[in-house]
Amino acid sequence: MSESIQLHLLQPGQRGTIAKVNSTGALRRRFVEMGIVKGEMILLERHAPLGDPMAYFIKGYHLALRKEEAAQIEVILG
Amino acid sequence: MSNTKVVLPTEHCETCPAFTQLEQMGIKVGDFDRVIALAGNPNTGKSTLFNALTGLKQHTGNWPGKTVTRAEGGFEFNKLRYKLVDLPGTYSLLSASQDEEVARDFILFGQPNCTIVVTDATALERNLNLVMQVMEITEHVVVAVNLMDEARRKGLEVDARSLSRDLGIPAIPITARTGEGIHTLLGAVAEVIEGKTETKPLRVEGTPEFQNAVNELVPMIKQLAPGIPNARWLAIRLLDGDARVQKAITDGELNEIVSRQYQQDVQFSKKMSVEGRQ
Repeated sequence: MSESIQLHLLQPGQRGTIAKVNSTGALRRRFVEMGIVKGEMILLERHAPLGDPMAYFIKGYHLALRKEEAAQIEVILG
Repeated sequence: MSNTKVVLPTEHCETCPAFTQLEQMGIKVGDFDRVIALAGNPNTGKSTLFNALTGLKQHTGNWPGKTVTRAEGGFEFNKLRYKLVDLPGTYSLLSASQDEEVARDFILFGQPNCTIVVTDATALERNLNLVMQVMEITEHVVVAVNLMDEARRKGLEVDARSLSRDLGIPAIPITARTGEGIHTLLGAVAEVIEGKTETKPLRVEGTPEFQNAVNELVPMIKQLAPGIPNARWLAIRLLDGDARVQKAITDGELNEIVSRQYQQDVQFSKKMSVEGRQ
């Protein structure tokens, strides 16, 4: 099993499988509500000009996340 | 658990405060026979459906949490008059943002005859989270699978029949923009209200421990807030550690919410009947 990296470190066009969500409380709940759950495939589409926020593609829709939020999510490449 | 709606014994009705509130709600009196709530994720076309049904031309587009309240309008279907309440778009009923609270409080305490959850056919999976949450609160739910035109354009097929079977409630494919499926949707809503369609909402059962805990809490909540329509849901929220619900129960706010919701409905009905006469 390959090592996980933080979601915000993906390159545009790169995809990963969610391995762990490190946040707690309201943010974690929101993540789950938006489909960010373990085992789900997520793709970084592109980021805003200054690199934040970032546009991801998950469960058939687009989701924008702040860098600091994305950093709390661990993914395994591929 | 079965019905979330409180059935009051008639012999106590005259003096029971819950009964007087129910009468004053003005849902069955006044100008409307039935109340329908429109829930759904943001940008799924709730307001488009609202406008298509009411003929109003307001409330399309997004605007930030604070100013978002419920928009209301009316329509008639099969000679019955419906009040339609367009709720703010939410991904969930569990987080504590203000627009989500508006939606949640109305579904919980406004006791609509039926709630339509408008979903986006192109992102159905994400939308079903809210459907599950609404089904926890009430059995009178119909799913409108909207944006079917966009789904077709994307080459997506929606098996509404299987969806309906799996969820235990009607799932009707519609395109609010063109009016496709709207009559079928209203027919399904009417049948749910009239009990011609028996819904069996899919609910997460949980472990026996969880069920025991819920069963222990429900009578306590009912004792604290007599006439509360959704004690089971509140019990689950308490177990989840929902600070908002905890606070509402400990400081007696729960009763206020219930009666405030009723009062709003009474005020609305009065307003409508005045305007209706003009």
